[in-house]
Amino acid sequence: MGAVPPRIAVVGAGPAGAFAAASVWRMRPDAQVDFFERLPTAWGLLRAGVAPDHQEIKRLDDTFDRETLRRGCRFFGNVEVGVDVSHADLMRHYTAVIYATGAQTDKSIGIPGEDLPGSWAATEFVAWYNGHPDYRGLEFDLSGRRAVVIGNGNVAADVTRILMRSPEELERTDVADHALEALRESRIEEVVVLGRRGPAQAAFTSAELRELGYIDGVDVQVDSAEAELDKVSHEWLAEEGTFTARRNVALVREYASGTGAGTGADAVSGAAQRRIVLRFLRSPAAIRGTGRVEAVDIRRNELVRTDDGALRARPAGDEVETIECGLVLRSVGYQAVPLPDVPFDERSYVLPNDRGRVLLPDGEPLAGVYAVGWIKRGPTGILGTNKRDAAETVRCLVDDLAAGRLPEPASVDGDGGIEAVLADRKPDLVTAEGWHAIDVLERERGSRDGRPRAKLTSREELLDAARAATVAG
Amino acid sequence: MTYVITGSCIKDDSCIEVCPVDCIHPKPGAPDFETAEQLYIDPEVCIDCDACVHACPVDAIYAEFEVPEKFGYTVEVNAEFFAEKSTAERTAV
Ligand SMILES: Cc1cc2nc3c(=O)[nH]c(=O)nc-3n(C[C@H](O)[C@H](O)[C@H](O)COP(=O)(O)OP(=O)(O)OC[C@H]3O[C@@H](n4cnc5c(N)ncnc54)[C@H](O)[C@@H]3O)c2cc1C
Ligand SMILES: NC(=O)c1ccc[n+]([C@@H]2O[C@H](COP(=O)([O-])OP(=O)(O)OC[C@H]3O[C@@H](n4cnc5c(N)ncnc54)[C@H](OP(=O)(O)O)[C@@H]3O)[C@@H](O)[C@H]2O)c1
Ligand code: SF4
Ligand code: SF4
Repeated sequence: MGAVPPRIAVVGAGPAGAFAAASVWRMRPDAQVDFFERLPTAWGLLRAGVAPDHQEIKRLDDTFDRETLRRGCRFFGNVEVGVDVSHADLMRHYTAVIYATGAQTDKSIGIPGEDLPGSWAATEFVAWYNGHPDYRGLEFDLSGRRAVVIGNGNVAADVTRILMRSPEELERTDVADHALEALRESRIEEVVVLGRRGPAQAAFTSAELRELGYIDGVDVQVDSAEAELDKVSHEWLAEEGTFTARRNVALVREYASGTGAGTGADAVSGAAQRRIVLRFLRSPAAIRGTGRVEAVDIRRNELVRTDDGALRARPAGDEVETIECGLVLRSVGYQAVPLPDVPFDERSYVLPNDRGRVLLPDGEPLAGVYAVGWIKRGPTGILGTNKRDAAETVRCLVDDLAAGRLPEPASVDGDGGIEAVLADRKPDLVTAEGWHAIDVLERERGSRDGRPRAKLTSREELLDAARAATVAG
Repeated sequence: MTYVITGSCIKDDSCIEVCPVDCIHPKPGAPDFETAEQLYIDPEVCIDCDACVHACPVDAIYAEFEVPEKFGYTVEVNAEFFAEKSTAERTAV
């Protein structure tokens, strides 16, 4: 071990960054860990992604806070790496830099009309209803009767649920105020969810698929022909199907026969005013409209087994079906963006890495640079996945430290360290104290209305709240 | 009686680390671990010691009789998971 405690910069204070910081603390309690986060708030998609009606999950923020900020990790919020401070600045002041920047944008589908007004990435809708300050100004037109959601992942399930929940259900959550107001006025009665493959291949967890059936006053409908598995899927399910795939297939059958989870009573009494229609083996061919979205053209697919054993969707026939709608949410996955001065894999949209050690184009590790979370693996995996992933990255880092592979940073404390750089460039720096003040204020504002939290959603409000704490303290 | 894990599980393994009888599955490294959407408790083996409840960061674990109504179905799902493959089979070397 070196005489000087190692200094570790974690870029991005999302779940992966938080698990990595906690992991460093466990394996090298002598290290100083600092978060650099472009938002004034902490915890990434736990705050800005996880659905507001899933408050249980948001409780993970207490664990993150306890295992990082309360143990002396510093928080440098409202600081964007690559803009406010460079990779070189970090390398000058830190022994190692862990990139945990996630996947900041959406994957495109590549069909005509994708960019028509009224066609949005689910990424944008999610960030908007969760009060991400960069998205609060978006205006979703919810005046049409029907919306189409493209994709069969949990994000598709999340956005479908939020579109269908009643204002009474939403107002008990921490959904952003601007979204609550807009959703109150929503006239959407039907959400059509398009899966390009069948029920056995849907990426929903069975918990999310089932939850669709438990929304007050909403019926889930599936055409019985589409609920039936084709021969290839039958074989796949029997031979290598997962526990979740078997649950999903059973749930889809229940929905098709009208005996679906939770929906029974509504369906029988005819109380359901609104509905979710799950379509399978259907791909969007084009999004159409004059000046804005008016319809989606879809085509039927069939499943084929490719040489590598995967089941892929292939167009079957030329028939086009048109679904009229006023809103399209494309939920086909997130995508990472490159960071200045750090290698990027343009094909897989990740930092090229070996177990978390970032690699140069020649395949050699870039000493002292690591990746964790979605920027390391791509945009899949639930929260806990990032914990094991962080342990893997941090183990590499700790090994490199022990083996003397990481030179000490050039900067010495005499020049004021990174604090001096930040004081000079970021008068609006948000520290842990500032973030805690935001957190307390939001919880207080929420408790007045029986909500878990009422979010501040503009940078100005957030910075004001943080500044008040620093001045008062 | 038994304890059960609900759909809010984020699969962070904290409960596995504290369970004295090793009845929470699948465990990291098991063939079905990566594809599992959550972890499950084997009702045949659980001794109702409550340790996992305190370890869980998202309060996803409940005693069987305290499972909130909206998660009621999970009692059956936890049991089914082990009906397909028991803890004994899962821990056999
Ligand atoms: C809509 C949605 C809902 C989800 N719901 C669940 C759920 O219910 N349960 C579950 O287990 N999992 C859920 N997940 C998955 C979970 O959120 C992810 O696994 C996890 O957030 C990935 O963590 P990350 O830290 O890699 O990325 P992120 O959470 O995206 O964190 C990245 C952080 O880096 C910051 N950043 C980016 N660029 C820079 C920069 N240049 N400088 C400084 N900071 C930067 C960002 O602001 C952000 O805070 C959900 C995901 C989504 C998209
Ligand atoms: N409650 C939760 O636990 C929760 C909530 C939200 C998110 N998450 C997690 O966060 C991660 C990201 O979720 P996600 O929903 O964005 O991604 P995802 O799970 O990867 O799902 C993406 C979906 O888009 C479909 N798709 C991709 N390209 C398409 C195209 N060109 N045309 C039509 N469909 C296309 C995929 O179909 P194919 O399968 O055919 O490719 C798949 O159904 C996942 O790991 C998810 O589990 C978890
Ligand atoms: S209650 Fe005790 S025995 Fe049962 S799963 Fe939890 S930790 Fe294991
Ligand atoms: S501790 Fe809770 S969230 Fe973590 S794996 Fe166990 S049940 Fe799931």
